[in-house]
Amino acid sequence: MNDPIIQIRNLSKSYGSFRAVEGLNLDVHQGEIFGLLGPNGAGKTTTILMMLGLTEPSGGSVQVCGYQSASNPIPVKRKVGYMPDSLGFYDHMTALENLMYIARLNGFEETAGKKRALEMMEIVGLSTEKDKKTGAYSRGMKQRLGLAEVLIKKPEVIILDEPTLGIDPSGVKDFLSLIKSLSRDQGITVLLSSHHLHHVQQICDRVGIFVKGKLLAEGNIDTLSKTLFGHEGYVTSVKVAQEIPRPWPLEAELMQWEGLKKISIRDSEIEFTCTADLTAALVRFFVKEDYDVLSVSQKDYGLDEIYQKYFELEQR
Amino acid sequence: MKSSDFLFKSSASSPFTVMMRKEMADHIRSWRFIVLLILIFLTFVASMYVSLANIKSATGNAGDPDHVFLYLKLLTTTDNSIPPFHVFLSFLAPLLGISLGFDAINAEQNSGTLTRLMAQPIYRDNVLLAKFASALVLIGALFLMLALWMVGGGLLLTGVRMEPQELLRILGFVALTILYVAFWLSLSIVLSIRFRGASTSALSAIGIWLFFTVFYQIVLNLAIRSVLPDPTGLSQDQILGYNELIMDLLRIAPNQLYMDATTTMLMPSVRSLGPMTMEQMAGAIPSPLPFIDSVMVVWPQVSGLIAATVACFALSYFLFMRREIRS
Repeated sequence: MNDPIIQIRNLSKSYGSFRAVEGLNLDVHQGEIFGLLGPNGAGKTTTILMMLGLTEPSGGSVQVCGYQSASNPIPVKRKVGYMPDSLGFYDHMTALENLMYIARLNGFEETAGKKRALEMMEIVGLSTEKDKKTGAYSRGMKQRLGLAEVLIKKPEVIILDEPTLGIDPSGVKDFLSLIKSLSRDQGITVLLSSHHLHHVQQICDRVGIFVKGKLLAEGNIDTLSKTLFGHEGYVTSVKVAQEIPRPWPLEAELMQWEGLKKISIRDSEIEFTCTADLTAALVRFFVKEDYDVLSVSQKDYGLDEIYQKYFELEQR
Repeated sequence: MKSSDFLFKSSASSPFTVMMRKEMADHIRSWRFIVLLILIFLTFVASMYVSLANIKSATGNAGDPDHVFLYLKLLTTTDNSIPPFHVFLSFLAPLLGISLGFDAINAEQNSGTLTRLMAQPIYRDNVLLAKFASALVLIGALFLMLALWMVGGGLLLTGVRMEPQELLRILGFVALTILYVAFWLSLSIVLSIRFRGASTSALSAIGIWLFFTVFYQIVLNLAIRSVLPDPTGLSQDQILGYNELIMDLLRIAPNQLYMDATTTMLMPSVRSLGPMTMEQMAGAIPSPLPFIDSVMVVWPQVSGLIAATVACFALSYFLFMRREIRS
C-alpha cells in the first residue's frame, strides 16, 4: 500500500494542565472515508485544527499530503478543504459571491473562478439559490454551500467537522450520500468527525473512536463491534403483561436451547443473551406459553455502548 | 461594467489583493462608513463656511505674519463659533479609526468566517494587513479628496494663486491626519483581537479615546497641582523646566501630538511648540517659517505618532499570529 495521505505521529496538545489530545497515532489512506467518532470535548476539533496548522501541537507531528502541517501550513491548506462545525458566511454577500471570494483566494482567476463556483453550486444542488444572500440561508443550505466551498479548490483531502450537526434526518441522508459519491467519483479522501455513530456508519470505510484525547480503537465498524461485543452476542429483551414468578419454571427449559447463554429477569421484562439471533423463536415460544407479549426489542449497540465499553476497558 | 472589467482584468491576483478588495468593498457598502462620511463631510462644510465668511478679515490682517497664505487660512480661520477643521478632526478622526477597526477580527470570529478564511492558503499576517490597509486607503482617499475640494473651491471663489509651500503644507496636514487615524485604527484592531465581543472592544476603544481627549488633561492638572511647588517661589529657569515637563507629559496623549503637529503645519509662523525664553525670542522677526523648518519642528510629534501606530500594529501581530482560531 502506498504512503498514507494523512500521517499523525504521537500527536499531543495540552492547554495548561488539560490534555486535549494525547499520543495520537493515525494513518488515513488515499481515497478512503474515515470517521472520527467521539463525544463532545473529546479533542476531535483540536486534532483537525492541528492537521491544518491552525493550532500548534504541543508534541508529535502531522503530515498531510507529504507536508508538515505545523511548519508548512500553506501547501497543506492548498490541498485540503476544511469545513468547520460552526459554519459562517459573509451574510451581506450572495452565495455566489461568497464562493467566488474563496475561489479568488485560492488563486482562481475571475472567469475560471466563476465557472468553477457555478459548477460546485450545481453539484450541491444550490444553483437556483445562487443569488440569494447567505444570511437568508437555512442551516442545511449553509452546510451544502460549505461543501461547495470546500470542493472549489479541487482538494485532495476534505475534512468535515460535524457535518451532520443541525440538519434534519432526510437532509443528513442526502448530505452523506453526496459526500460518498464525491469521494468515490473524484477519489477524494474524506475525514469526518461526528458524535453520531449512525451517520458515520452509513458512509465510513473506517472509524477511529476518540475519547478524552485518546484514540481508543480504529478499524471498520463491524470489526469494532464484533471485537467488543462478540463474546456477548445478541441481546433480545421481551416484555410481557404477566408478572414473571421467581424462580421461573420455564427458565430451565429455555436454557436447554442452543445458543442461549444468559437469562436475566426484571419484573415483567426478560433479557436473553444469545450467540445467534433467536428473537423470532423466543416470541413464538412466549405466544405458545400463553404470555401476552407487549414489546420485543433487540438491543442495538450504539456509540454510547461503545464508549461505555471502552471506558470500562480503560478503567481496568 | 467597463470599470469592473478593468479592475478584474489582472488574472489570478494574490490573496492579499483579493482580501484588500473585499474589505474595501465591505467598508464602502457598510452603513457605518456612510454615516461617518456624512459626519466628516458636514464638519468640513461647516468649518469651510465659517472660514469663508471670515477669510476677508483674516487675509487683510497685516499684523498676522500668515495672512498671505489664503489656503491655509481657509483651513484655520474661524469666528470662534465652531472650532477650525483641524481641531474638529483631532476628536473626530479617532472615531473614524475606531469605527473602522473595532470589529475587524472578532466579528469574523463570531460569525464563523475567520476559521474558513484561515483554512484557505493565505498567510495569517495578510489578514491583519488587509484589514489595516483597506481602511487606511479609504481614509486617505477621503481626506485627500476633501483637501483637494477645498483647494479647488478656494481657487474658484477667490482666484488667488496658490503658493507651492501651501500645497505642501496642506498635503502634510492630510498625511498627518491619515497617520493619526492609522494610530486609532491599529489600536482598535488590537482591541478587536483581544476581546471576543465587538461591543466590548468598541467600548474600550471609545474609553481610551475619551480618556485622552477629556480626562487625561484634567487628571494631569490635578496631579501637577498637588505635586508641583508654588510657582511664585521659583526662579524663571525652574518655572521653564516645570513647564517643559508638563508639556512633555501632555504629549503622551496622541491627540496632543496631532494638534501640535497640525497647528505647526497649518500656521507657518509657529516656530516652537514649547515655551520660549526672552533671549530666544529676541531678534526673531515674526515671519512664516519655510515648509522644511516647520517639518523639523513637528518631526518629534510625527515620529511619536508613527511609533505608537507601529507599536499597536506589532502588538496585534503578536496577539494574532500564534492564536488558535476556533469559533
